Amino acid sequence: MKKSTLLRASAIAVSLAFVAAACGSDSDSDSSAAEDTVASEVTEDTAATAAGVTCEPVSIAFFGALSGDNGNLGKNIRAGADLAVSEFNTANPDCQVGLVDFDSQGDPAQAPALAQEAIDDASILGIVGPAFSGESKAAIPLFDAAGLAIITPSATNADLNDNNWKVFHRALAGDDKQGPAIATYIQNTLAAAKVGVIDDATEYGKGLADIVRDTLGDTVVASDSIDPNAADFSAVVSKMKDAAPDTIFYGGYYAEAGKLAKQLRDAGVTATLVFGDGVKDNGFIEAAGPAADGSIITCTCADGASFAEFAAAYTAKFPGETPQTYGAEAYDAASAFLAAIAAGETDRAGVLEFLGTYDAAGVTKQIKWDETGEVAGNAVYAYKVEAGVISVIGLIE
Amino acid sequence: MSLSESLRSVTSGSYSVSRLGEALAKQSRSVRWSFGAICILALYLLPWWPSVPVLGWIVETPGTSFPSVLTDQVVIFVLVALGLNVVVGLAGLLDLGYVGFYAVGAYTVAILSSQHANLPWLLCMPIAVLVSMIAGVILGTPTLRLRGDYLAIVTLGFGEIIRITANNVEWLGDSRGISNIATPPSIGPLKFTVLDAKPYYFLGFTTILIVIFLLRRLENSRVGRSWNAIREDEDAAELMGVDTFKFKLWAFAIGAAIGGLAGSLYAGKVQFINPNNFPLQLSILFLAAVVLGGAGNMWGAVVGGALVAWMPERFRGFADKRVFVFGVALVLVMVFRPQGLIPRKIRKERWLESWKPSTEADLGGKE
Amino acid sequence: MRDWLIYKTFWDLTVTGVALGSLYALVALGYTLVYGVLRLINFAHSEIFMIGTFASLITATNVLGVPMLEAGQYPYRTGFQLVLILLACLLGSMVLSGAGAVALERAAYRPLRGSGDQFGAVVLAFVTAFVVGLVFFDTPKSNLIFGIIGTGPIAWMYLNIFRRGRQAPRLAFLISAIGASTAITEAVAIWGPRDREQYQTPRVLEKKTLFQLFGTDIRIDYVIVIIGALLMTTALLLFVNRTRLGRGVRAVAQDVETAKILGVNVDFVILITFVLGGVMAGGAAMMFTLVYDQSKFNIGFLLGVKSFTAAVLGGIGNLKGALLGGLVLGLAENYGSALFGGEWKDVIAFVLLLVVLMFRPTGLLGESLSKARV
Repeated sequence: MKKSTLLRASAIAVSLAFVAAACGSDSDSDSSAAEDTVASEVTEDTAATAAGVTCEPVSIAFFGALSGDNGNLGKNIRAGADLAVSEFNTANPDCQVGLVDFDSQGDPAQAPALAQEAIDDASILGIVGPAFSGESKAAIPLFDAAGLAIITPSATNADLNDNNWKVFHRALAGDDKQGPAIATYIQNTLAAAKVGVIDDATEYGKGLADIVRDTLGDTVVASDSIDPNAADFSAVVSKMKDAAPDTIFYGGYYAEAGKLAKQLRDAGVTATLVFGDGVKDNGFIEAAGPAADGSIITCTCADGASFAEFAAAYTAKFPGETPQTYGAEAYDAASAFLAAIAAGETDRAGVLEFLGTYDAAGVTKQIKWDETGEVAGNAVYAYKVEAGVISVIGLIE
Repeated sequence: MSLSESLRSVTSGSYSVSRLGEALAKQSRSVRWSFGAICILALYLLPWWPSVPVLGWIVETPGTSFPSVLTDQVVIFVLVALGLNVVVGLAGLLDLGYVGFYAVGAYTVAILSSQHANLPWLLCMPIAVLVSMIAGVILGTPTLRLRGDYLAIVTLGFGEIIRITANNVEWLGDSRGISNIATPPSIGPLKFTVLDAKPYYFLGFTTILIVIFLLRRLENSRVGRSWNAIREDEDAAELMGVDTFKFKLWAFAIGAAIGGLAGSLYAGKVQFINPNNFPLQLSILFLAAVVLGGAGNMWGAVVGGALVAWMPERFRGFADKRVFVFGVALVLVMVFRPQGLIPRKIRKERWLESWKPSTEADLGGKE
Repeated sequence: MRDWLIYKTFWDLTVTGVALGSLYALVALGYTLVYGVLRLINFAHSEIFMIGTFASLITATNVLGVPMLEAGQYPYRTGFQLVLILLACLLGSMVLSGAGAVALERAAYRPLRGSGDQFGAVVLAFVTAFVVGLVFFDTPKSNLIFGIIGTGPIAWMYLNIFRRGRQAPRLAFLISAIGASTAITEAVAIWGPRDREQYQTPRVLEKKTLFQLFGTDIRIDYVIVIIGALLMTTALLLFVNRTRLGRGVRAVAQDVETAKILGVNVDFVILITFVLGGVMAGGAAMMFTLVYDQSKFNIGFLLGVKSFTAAVLGGIGNLKGALLGGLVLGLAENYGSALFGGEWKDVIAFVLLLVVLMFRPTGLLGESLSKARV
């Protein structure tokens, strides 16, 4: 009996404390937690030698997967942004910019709450990300309502831009550019008469494969989808074996591409394999082994390792590592925000306006956005796998 | 009392939250009512808890927005746990595909308010509840004659069928999902905008209160007693004249309706859904929430749902490791408190208390 | 566009379907054995399979030193060497999977049956201490050390508070299984050398075409899988039906109380059941790596769900049913995906299950391990 009275008393006390506190701090109370994050991010003392620009403590944010199944892609992107930020901070001791992480795990269910937190943190002036199309659709409406500019270095889905989001920017061309380029490459360079098209039934993979199917039209002799979680693709392999195409395009990510390539080769399919940007990863080479040789991979992304200066700086910052897919794009995206900060923009509206007129040489290309937020130019690069190395073979005309 | 004895008494449930309930029951009506009112008021103010000076750190979710976590995850999980508790805890039917009903609710709202029509959310919501209920009946009619674990795998399959269908059928938005879903209409000062999660929380919490009230009525009615009877011994119930199939179907339909309600709230809040929101793993997480809290006890389900939704966000700093810790915690809780954190009041209930490997009256009755 | 006629690829689909079905069947045996004896969906059985694939990988690369395949290099010169390598991998998988199954049973299930013992307490205590260590340390090594130090006292405490002699409700077993499954998967994902990435297993066997049947290439790896699965199932059936221990298994499956009275050591029989299931899963895992050359921390999940579906399809608790269910499911998935498209593969599997259960509520061959007499 004594115990229960105690419990009750404490329960009431807690709730009373709670009511009192809630009344005390009514409206803008969410910022305190957010400020802590910034304070810990911006650790450098700003009283150093006077060089470069001066600014209030501000930050940009990375939004994407850092853990979970898609964590590796996010880490590559974050590394690119991190490099840009630390270069900026070294050059401008009186303007230290923080980089805040929002680890969405690529999950659209977690994205809105994270986006909200980023918005509530008043010091964040721009978002590098979201990394994937699904989480983009869940998070960008919030960023749009808050007027917080985003530059995605990796979400290439074509219909992301159908929503008239004013904050939306892309640091690379979308799949609506990549798809036709793939079709052109298959038709002209590979001169394929019979094409097989496979996708992984995801938004990215199916979206890209559908563009290729539509562009190629009647040359597509066999078409199917796989379940990316499955280990066995024998039904699709049988179909391809039967249709005997010269070229097979697969829209999907690298892990499944590796499994698929291997199973196709094991079954004796000799067609040239063509993939989209989701396969441009060394994981594909590891998964497919010798089956990867001769494969063509297209990407709207440039080869980060081929820009000597960028690659050297990257390796200096992350010893033993070379720039991975989307690293250079993330660097360019972060650089655009940093240029806005250097130009004295101190609020989100200013940064957004600045991006509209931004026109500067990035690592990968000239960065300039049209009014829909698509980057100017539609470069699509072709890469080829030879002896276990993915190397660029040129632009697709 | 020795250390091990006191430990044992903790794990075996001697100290439990239900003690508080017992103590309260002895108080006068006015004390009980005011206690309840204070609790409810305090819960309405929950979104502000992280900014309470000394106690804020307890609930805050570092790196993500606490009010959004409350609406996107906690409210949804609590509602879902309440619904699943009807199916699993009250009627004793093992459902591993509950995410299917949740998805049906969300997709109904999405389709009616964005994809193929422009109906307001307030109209879509009851339709979603109804559609989910019908889905429950459609699934239940052929399968509820199956027993025990057959039902588990069939419901699991149902959840997957819903997800894959949504992923592959263009009419349902396929893998691209559905954007621009309608939000609830503004009620006076409550404006349901993109950037303020609190109104959604008030709506969600009010919904939870209503659902709890209705479920309590139901539990103490003839329906509730029939579920009890079916769970304890289906054959005996049948012999006593309980139309077991009808009441099992009712449990399924009511559970499905609450799942659909949760789905419609979710869709109205996030305004974008795609099939990745409804993975098979979510069904398993829902079930874990119910059993962790205490299957058969509504308060257990509420606590379990809230914990399972909130803990991963509270311990976001552990990144990947939190999932591992969650797995270990599930095993430990089940080993030392198999009835869940807030067990059902035990009235010599055989199903919960003394299951033996081959006794026949367990979850699904006779095999 | 879609090829509605599958006659051209029919035999191709049949061969690969039977091979896939054989793998399902072997894993399904584990589900069905445990279900027959304990009436428990051993949700963590899929992770036992996953452990097996990694055991095969470790045996091949770390123990035998087989290199990752560069085009055309196979690690054997004679057929005899090849057989030895394959058997070593098989043994590695079976041993580790069997051991995993035992640890799982002792730590996650036995305490719930009211007979928790030292072994289970130590495993649980180590994991607990390890988890507590995560709060204070950041490196796996210091975590491990902390875990080992903490094991002793925590294990003592656990032994004292095990709920002896009290059966937990059935749902608790299921959730404990889910928790164990999550913990094992995540442990591999977090502390494995390649994080969450896919692992490649070295290609031990050259996938030659042995002969042609109805115009279809019959590859050696498929032949090994199909024959291996048949042999292992036969061995299991003989064991359950012809040996003393097997009789114990059947007795416990029929009636625990009576078996106890008649002097059957129930805990031991349950242990044996888990070992058998683990060994079968280990065999399946080794053959899986043979065909697909890869593994991943979450590789068990979907395969486990499918195998459990296969077990229910055939009649859960029925060993021959598991075999039949696996084959039917493997074939149905292959034919179905060829007809309707690969994205519908899982839908086909579950719809088939639903239809079968509507007409035969206890699966194709009916349930009950106890009745599976020859």
